[in-house]
Amino acid sequence: MDSFTSVQGAAIPLQVPDIDTDVITPIKRVMEGAEAITQYAFEPLRYTPDGALNPDCPLNQDAYRDAPILLAGANFACGSSRETAVWAIRALGIRCIIAPSFGDIFFDSCFENGLLPIALAQADVDALAAHAGAGEFRVDLERRQITSPTGETVPFTVNPVQREALLSGRDSIERTLGREDEIADFQQRDRELRPWVYELAHV
Amino acid sequence: MAARTLVQKIWDAHIVAEFGDGLDLLHIDRHLIHDLSGPASLGKLAERGLPVRSPELTFAMPDHTVSTAVGRTDADTRAGRMLVPALRERTHAEGIRLFDLDDPEQGIVHVVGPELGLTLPGVTVVCGDSHTCTHGGLGALGWGIGSSDLTHVLATQTIVQRRPKQMRVICSGRLGTGVEPKDLVLHLIGEHGADGAAGFAVEYAGSAIDSMPVEGRMTLCNLAIEFGAKIGIVAPDDATFDYVAGRRYAPAGALWELALASWRELASDADAAFDREIEIDAAAVSPQITWGTSPAHTMALDGEIPDPESAQVPAARLARSKALGHMGLNAGDRLLGVPVQHVFIGSCANSRISDLQTAAQIVRGRRVAQGVRAWVVPGSQAVRREAEELGLDRVFTAAGFQWREPGCSMCLGVNEELVPPGERCVATSNRNFVGRQGPGARTHLAGVATAAAAAIAGRIADPRQLAREPADG
Ligand code: SF4
Repeated sequence: MDSFTSVQGAAIPLQVPDIDTDVITPIKRVMEGAEAITQYAFEPLRYTPDGALNPDCPLNQDAYRDAPILLAGANFACGSSRETAVWAIRALGIRCIIAPSFGDIFFDSCFENGLLPIALAQADVDALAAHAGAGEFRVDLERRQITSPTGETVPFTVNPVQREALLSGRDSIERTLGREDEIADFQQRDRELRPWVYELAHV
Repeated sequence: MAARTLVQKIWDAHIVAEFGDGLDLLHIDRHLIHDLSGPASLGKLAERGLPVRSPELTFAMPDHTVSTAVGRTDADTRAGRMLVPALRERTHAEGIRLFDLDDPEQGIVHVVGPELGLTLPGVTVVCGDSHTCTHGGLGALGWGIGSSDLTHVLATQTIVQRRPKQMRVICSGRLGTGVEPKDLVLHLIGEHGADGAAGFAVEYAGSAIDSMPVEGRMTLCNLAIEFGAKIGIVAPDDATFDYVAGRRYAPAGALWELALASWRELASDADAAFDREIEIDAAAVSPQITWGTSPAHTMALDGEIPDPESAQVPAARLARSKALGHMGLNAGDRLLGVPVQHVFIGSCANSRISDLQTAAQIVRGRRVAQGVRAWVVPGSQAVRREAEELGLDRVFTAAGFQWREPGCSMCLGVNEELVPPGERCVATSNRNFVGRQGPGARTHLAGVATAAAAAIAGRIADPRQLAREPADG
C-alpha cells in the first residue's frame, strides 16, 4: 500500500449528500473490469444519460483536473460494501476525502488503500468548499491539519492506529499475522467458554 | 463491571488484542462468502501464498450473480460464468463448505446463515456484503466488510475494528394490522435520514420488537445499513431461541443447554448508557413507500410527495429535486394510482417464508394486472420448498407471477435481471439507488403487501383497500 504523509493541490467541491457506492462504481461497470471502474466512476453524475461527459459536474472541470482532495456531502459512499468505490476514487488521483460523514464500511476501507477520509462538521466543509477553485489546499496527516488557500488551518482527528497505518503504508494483514499466537490463544480459551461456536454439527 | 450494552458485551467477548483509542482486533466466529466479493479475495490470499486461517468457520454460497430462472446454470449470466466457477474452485482448494447452485440449502447468504443455524446469538458474523447487519435479528453481531478486510479475515480469522457508538431505537406500542417491519424501518429512515445512524451500532428494543416475529426482526436489522449503521441488533429472547433450536448447524443436546445459558445473558444492562436514543411509536406507523433515490425518500403510501424545499440542508433540496426528475414524479403528487411495469418480491430484506405468506394473502384468487412483470424470488431453497409445501407457489403462478429460484435477482443488476430504463418497479428489496436495478430504472421500495397489491392493481395501490375487496378464488 502507498504511504500517506501529506497532499497538496486543488479540492473538488462535490457536496451532494448520500452519494452511494452504486453511484461511485455502478455494478455494470464493476463487472467490466478495472478500466471501466475508473472511466465510469461517478457515472450518474459525470455522464449525461446519452453518454456524454457532463460539463456541470465538478469532477469533469479543468479547474479540478488531477485534484487530490474531494470535498463531499454528508453520508458519502454509503450503501454497498464494494471496495471498488475506494479504488475508483484513488484511480481518479484523489488521496483525501473531506465530508461531514461517511458510510462506515467505506471509511475503514480507505485506510487499507492509502486514502485518507476526514470527517468535519458540515459548516467546516462548507467553509473549505467556499475556497475551492481559489488555489491549493494542503492536508497534513502528520500534523493533522488542513490548510485552505487563504492560509487558514483546520485541525482534524484520526484514529492513531489508522493514522500510523497510512503513514507507514504497512498492510494490516502483515501486522495481524504477527499476532498469530494471540489469535490461537483466544480460540483455545474461547473454545472452552463457547464450544458451540467451534463444534458445528453436520459440517 | 460497569453496565454495558448488548453490542459492547458481544464485542468484549471477541477481543483478541486492544490497540487503544477504541480500535480492537476481534475474533470472527462466522465468515460468509458469496460469488460477487469472495473469489477476488480468495485469489488475493492465494497470490500471497497464504492459507485460509479457519476454513471450518467459513461458509460460501453463490447468490449475487446467478440467474434465478427455473432450470438455471451458472453459465446463464456473464458475471456468473466468471465468478461461480472461481468460487467453486477456490473454496474447494481451501476446504471451505460451499452451498453450490444445486445444493438443497443454496440461497441468499443472509437468508441461509440464520436458517441453517450458522448464525447464532452472540456470534460475530462478517461477509463482503453490507447487509450482513441482517444477522442482528438473531442477536448476532454482524456487519459488512470491504475486500481488504475480507482478505484479512480469510488470512487471520480476525478483523481490526473501531468500537462503534451506541444507539438505541425504542419502538413502543405495536405495529398495526397490515403494517410490516419494513414499513417501520423505512419510516425510521425517512424521519432521521439515511445517515441518521452513521457511526453507530443500533439496538432495536421496545414492545413492538418484543412482539415482532424473528423474521421481521431480520428485516428490521437488514435495513440498518440504509439507516447509516453498519450494525443493527435485537436482543435474543425466547422467540429467538425457538427459531434457532433444531437448525442444522445449531448446537444440540448438552451444547444447546450450555449455549442457551450464555445467550440468556445477551441483553443490554438496565443502566447501560447509549450515546443516542430515539423513540418511535410503532402504532402510529402506516405502510410506507419510497418516492426517490435514497431510502430516506420515504412517505406514507397514501400521502403526497413532499416538496424538496422542505429539506433543511440546501444540498438535500437539490438532491431531492434531482431524485424526482429521475423518478419522473413531481412534488405534491400522490403515488397511489401511479402505473408500474414490474413487481419484485424478494431480496434478503423480504424473501422469507413469512414474507411469502403475507404476499400470498393479497394475491390469492386474484390476477396480476396486464402489462406487469411480477416475480417472486424466494430467499433460499428451504424457503422455496416450504412455500411449495404450503401451496404458495400455486397461489402465485395461478395469479400470473413468476415463481423463481433463489438468489439476489432484481435487487442488484449484476445477474441480468433488470428493470429497463424509465420503467417503474415496486420492490421489496432495500436500495432504490440510481442504477441499482439497472440504468434508468425507477425503484419504489415497499413492504411485501404493498408490492403484491401493486402487481394486482397494475399501479401503486393500498393493500388494506384490496384486503377489503373480495377475491374470486
Ligand atoms: S439480496 Fe440484494 S441486498 Fe441482499 S445480499 Fe443480495 S444484492 Fe445484497
